[in-house]
Amino acid sequence: MRKVITGNYAAAYGAMLSRPAVVAAYPITPQTTIVELLAKFKAEGIADYKYIPVESEMAAISACMGAELSGVRAYTATSAHGLLLMHEMLHWVAGQRIPLVMNVANRALAPPWSVWADHQDAIAQRDTGWMQIFAENNQEVLDSVIMGYKIAESHDILLPMIINMDAFILTHTLEVVDIPDQEMVDEFLPSFDLPHKIDLDNPRQYGTLAFPNQYMEFRYKMAQAMERAKSKIKEVAEEFKKKFGRYHGDLLDIYRIDGADVVLITMGALSSMGKEAVDILREQGYNVGLIRLRTFRPFPTEDLRKYLKDVAVIGTIDRSYSFGYGGALFNEVKAALYGHSDVIVKDYIVGIGGRDISTETMIKIFKNAIEIKKEGKLDREIEWIDLNI
Amino acid sequence: MIPEKIAGIPSVEYMHPGHYACKGCGAALSMRYALKAIGKKAVAVIPACCWSIIQAPFPFRDLDINIVNVAFEVTAAVVSGLVEGFEYQGKKDVVVFGWAGDGGTVDIGIQTLSGAVERNHNMLYIMYDNEAYENTGIQRSSATPIGAWTTTTPVGKTKMWKKEPKKNIVEILVAHNIPYAATATVAYPEDMIRKIQKALTIKGPKFIHVLSPCQPGWRYPPEKMIEVSRLAVQTKAFPLYEVEYGKYRITVKPRSFLPIVEYFKIQGRFKHLLAEEEMIKYIQEYVDRQWELLLKKEEFTKSL
Amino acid sequence: MPFKVDELPEAPYSFQLVVNKTGSWRNFRPVIDYNRCIRCMICWKFCPDLSIQIVPDETHKLKIKPVIDYEHCKGCGICANECPVKCIEMVREE
Repeated sequence: MRKVITGNYAAAYGAMLSRPAVVAAYPITPQTTIVELLAKFKAEGIADYKYIPVESEMAAISACMGAELSGVRAYTATSAHGLLLMHEMLHWVAGQRIPLVMNVANRALAPPWSVWADHQDAIAQRDTGWMQIFAENNQEVLDSVIMGYKIAESHDILLPMIINMDAFILTHTLEVVDIPDQEMVDEFLPSFDLPHKIDLDNPRQYGTLAFPNQYMEFRYKMAQAMERAKSKIKEVAEEFKKKFGRYHGDLLDIYRIDGADVVLITMGALSSMGKEAVDILREQGYNVGLIRLRTFRPFPTEDLRKYLKDVAVIGTIDRSYSFGYGGALFNEVKAALYGHSDVIVKDYIVGIGGRDISTETMIKIFKNAIEIKKEGKLDREIEWIDLNI
Repeated sequence: MIPEKIAGIPSVEYMHPGHYACKGCGAALSMRYALKAIGKKAVAVIPACCWSIIQAPFPFRDLDINIVNVAFEVTAAVVSGLVEGFEYQGKKDVVVFGWAGDGGTVDIGIQTLSGAVERNHNMLYIMYDNEAYENTGIQRSSATPIGAWTTTTPVGKTKMWKKEPKKNIVEILVAHNIPYAATATVAYPEDMIRKIQKALTIKGPKFIHVLSPCQPGWRYPPEKMIEVSRLAVQTKAFPLYEVEYGKYRITVKPRSFLPIVEYFKIQGRFKHLLAEEEMIKYIQEYVDRQWELLLKKEEFTKSL
Repeated sequence: MPFKVDELPEAPYSFQLVVNKTGSWRNFRPVIDYNRCIRCMICWKFCPDLSIQIVPDETHKLKIKPVIDYEHCKGCGICANECPVKCIEMVREE
């Protein structure tokens, strides 16, 4: 059924169709309409989950962890400061191998207060052991929630996943979304089956202290699972395409990189602007392309090496900044390519605090990267775009 | 044949020797009693506290029930999720209970506890109170009684013992309209077990505040643990009562009370007070007034 | 112990019943004089370490007796302190 809905509503539909048994809800701009629609679904009798209106985001994620350990699927959503507040429990959920799926509306961090789009909140959770997908449009938001549960709950993965969506640009913007039928989703997504869920006849102590001679092995298992997630995400994307006829890319969303010697790497909704810029510049005869990094965790190291092998200049478009040395994509792409290619990598910091990114901005960036290719060297490693300086 | 009840309490055990508590630990004894009332079909949610260690390290377990270890401040929130998850599955007879220390309940954990109680989940929460952050080495919490020495309220030349009275979590929860809240202590196991059994017949959130003496933290000879617990009740330092839908009932009324200084004499954490006449007088008046207030509340709510 | 990566459960949880002979912690051991013991079981009642077992005993009219589990008893002395007839003696370990 096709409807014109916001990204938030798409997320709520994705969640509702995945049949969670417990939904923990705490409001934060701009995610509020997700939890409101989920409440409406319950109130109207469309869904039967236990709806817990918790008293903080920390309680939201904790309640979800409890619910999943009891043996049922859970869901919650948050943004920016809510995600930060959850940080301690993010480590806990991943470490306890709870396959929770959560939507995050990516919003800039205070101070100064801001409600607008920025990836800093999600980037700041890089090391927690959560898988992370960045959606480009509302359809992808809905589809990724359903795929997310299937990937996360696979017995050889068992890691939680964040589905990221840009504040207001996706959360509050209306787009045409195809909402799948419940029966089709039921056929695609099996019922919840956590191997280590609580067994009342078989007492265990979850998360018990481990001495230095044993802790490391548990972390290694998490690392291995994160590695396995790469092929699992590809596998599930293929299955989804077969079942629902839609494909958003798997780890990467490749856009016209055949023969491209200048490629921008982007995440999230701004990728659409980048793709438009590619089309315009290709018309003008430039050999440019774009790779949208759909999966930020696990980081698609091997795929990037494969596709960027013959590229001369890469521009990483970072909607975040890791105070120290550039944005997250810059650091990770460079690290992935080191020793595998001579490509020049430049970091373009854009859209921080919701600063607008238009197709013109992207064309400007491409043109700068094309200049660098001509010169054969960088003008500067890191450039903040459209800064009032 | 071992009788079902021995010395007034159930003889069944759901805990095993070889756990990692200090010798004579009140927290260990509290869990032993609690499980006799709760039974085997249970899940304990345990935050950072002494019991994180007492439960034994990987790969061992000490209890016959499941334990979910959680971050320090989220006990009641995880309990909420477990309760709703089990209810969704129609599993009605499982007891999910939070089992946390005083720090994890009245300080860092108070938000999640307040939230969970307000939402009226069918949950039990037992706070074993050793009156300080004992697991990390005897630092003060808001449950530390007035006058006590701790490592963060050391006495020294400036008399920096704890000046604030004990935060009363039972009264805070009564203000939440909690269906059942009670105090208990290990020297009165029949009272404690009866209260937990009673709580389990009530639907909604229930809270039990168990005073659990700690030998290294309170500085008394380990063999006197039960005596200390008994003295807390006999000197009015820790009255035993229950509040059921706002109705107060004192469950242990000693025929005669002992002066508070008897409670101080037996514990090293109060020894500096023995020379402080003003403090002794102040604290005696304080506990007398609290007791009087409790008697009045019992009288006042009798007709409810 | 320690387990290899592939021997571990995927998620971190404990599953084996504790094996820990805490009797080695003792400085003093409780010794019960069964001639004076009245089988009130108050010692068993107050033991935080579950180191007193209730064992059938035909020689007494109440048919049971408390037996110290010396493998686990930490020697806290609560049993001796609470015994109403003071028939438990705390004896120094060698």
